[in-house]
Amino acid sequence: MGLVDPPGRIVSGSIKLGGKELVGLDDQGMRAIRGKEISMIFQDPMMTLNPVLRIDTQMIEAIDAHEKTSKKAALARAQQALEKVGIPAAADRLKAYPHQFSGGMRQRVAIAIALLNNPSLIIADEPTTALDVTIQSQILAKMQELCADSGTALIWITHDLTVVAGLAHRVAVMYAGRLVETGFVDDVLDHPLHPYTRGLLRSLPSEGIPGQPLEQIPGMTPSLGRLPPGCAFAPRCRNATEICHRSSPEGTVFPNQRLARCHHPFDSVAQPVGLTER
Amino acid sequence: MLSYFFRRFGQAIFVILAMIVLVFFGVNVVGDPIWMLISPEMDQQAIAATAAALGLDKPIGEQFFFFIKGLFQGDLGRSFVHGEPAILLILGRMGATMELAIAALLMAIIIGLPLGMYAGLHPDRRASRTIMAGSILGFSLPTFWVGLMLIMIFSVMIGWLPASGRGPTDTVLGIQTSLLSLEGWRHIALPALNLALLKISLMIRLARSGTREAMSMDYVKFARAKGLKESVIIRVHILKNILIPIVTVLGLEFGSLVAFSVVTETIFSWPGMGKLLLEAIQRLDRPVIVAYVMVVVVLFVFINLIIDILYSVLDPRVRLTEAKA
Repeated sequence: MGLVDPPGRIVSGSIKLGGKELVGLDDQGMRAIRGKEISMIFQDPMMTLNPVLRIDTQMIEAIDAHEKTSKKAALARAQQALEKVGIPAAADRLKAYPHQFSGGMRQRVAIAIALLNNPSLIIADEPTTALDVTIQSQILAKMQELCADSGTALIWITHDLTVVAGLAHRVAVMYAGRLVETGFVDDVLDHPLHPYTRGLLRSLPSEGIPGQPLEQIPGMTPSLGRLPPGCAFAPRCRNATEICHRSSPEGTVFPNQRLARCHHPFDSVAQPVGLTER
Repeated sequence: MLSYFFRRFGQAIFVILAMIVLVFFGVNVVGDPIWMLISPEMDQQAIAATAAALGLDKPIGEQFFFFIKGLFQGDLGRSFVHGEPAILLILGRMGATMELAIAALLMAIIIGLPLGMYAGLHPDRRASRTIMAGSILGFSLPTFWVGLMLIMIFSVMIGWLPASGRGPTDTVLGIQTSLLSLEGWRHIALPALNLALLKISLMIRLARSGTREAMSMDYVKFARAKGLKESVIIRVHILKNILIPIVTVLGLEFGSLVAFSVVTETIFSWPGMGKLLLEAIQRLDRPVIVAYVMVVVVLFVFINLIIDILYSVLDPRVRLTEAKA
């Protein structure tokens, strides 16, 4: 969304939304997309709302940024959005300040703001990590319901595999800033191709034998500024061979729209069908 | 809210009492005011008569007792030198000082805030570095020297602005002010700038650090994710948040502007309270010094109260805690 703080920038690659290329779009063009076509929900609901502005102010400005409506119409839409995410007494709550909401309620407000302009895509960056489990499940159910209603696509960034299993259609596993494996959620979780994915799954408490220490991936995530020359995961990988340390693996395409970036993918049954550039 | 107000009031009275005791006895330590008031040709009898007239022949403890007694009757004593009630002397000069302080404060806000925000928004630009270097200069150059330089450049060399005095004044609602005429503005420009210089620098630093902090907050990122224009983000989201610390500091600084404009008033012959205080100290004119301190304490307390009220306007979180209390 072009929100990365400098010195971060897009070095290469391509981002397409409904066929429209977003990389290289100027500020004005990007601004028109933000909040209108793509909305975002952040990790910490205690931080995403401006503490000194009322909820209605923060909602109306999101509408105003993209279309000309009367204040009254905008207010009505804001109230509607709050009702949609399940905030009781929405009309009164519009006049409230963020500190008068609990964390879960604030995240609902943030979701309401993200939904205001009926975007075609919502990116949610660990939106439930800061919430407790009961609230998390409420929010999850709400998001699923709302996205299904409006036909909005949802990218959910998380490290909670239970959430992934319950929520996603397709899953993409990233390591050190690169995609290492993608596929339909059942395929990836049941038969991981990449050793990192398998490591993640094996370190789940439910996968271990009770009383035994959990399996873990040895070592630490590398600093993104000093990645090893070969596969970024190679120093921590049990299956790493000499080639892993020398060259970064290309993405290998597997059946059923799967892709893995590994020299030695696990599943010997799923034979690669070709190489891609990505 | 009311109990809070009374608590504040009680604190203020305590502070005022402490200050009175300190100043009253402090001035007596410096010297006996009577030696400043007599002329060389007076004989012993005349000196004694003068001392008796001013109540200076009594022991210091008794003098203090009479002073406190007078205080409860609203009498702060007469100036030894001028023979007028001290409080009237000070209030008469206060208008000029307030005018100067307000002008300086406005300058600090109008010049300092935008410069500081600019430097905070674009920390790497050359212009920002220049602004920050300038603010260091503003901090470190001594006021009296800058004042002299301002007079040198703008009054003597270029001759644009007058170097001293207040210029013509108009009376509005019983207050004399020079802010209504162009000539008055010309007179106030240099002293106000001189007084404001330090505050401008302070303002730049505050606004810059506040802006930089706010820029890294998630709510700014979220505002951007909503597709808001950068100008809206700066005006609505950032400005309102950085105003909270700025109002606190500015309020306190306003008090110090009023109280300690002594140097500037002396350099530019500005007929304000600061100049009066300096003269009073030189002549050990105790009633004026005590009255001055009282006025300043009351002013500080009052300003703090206003800041607290402004706070609740700016920061909704403060309102809630007040309602609970």
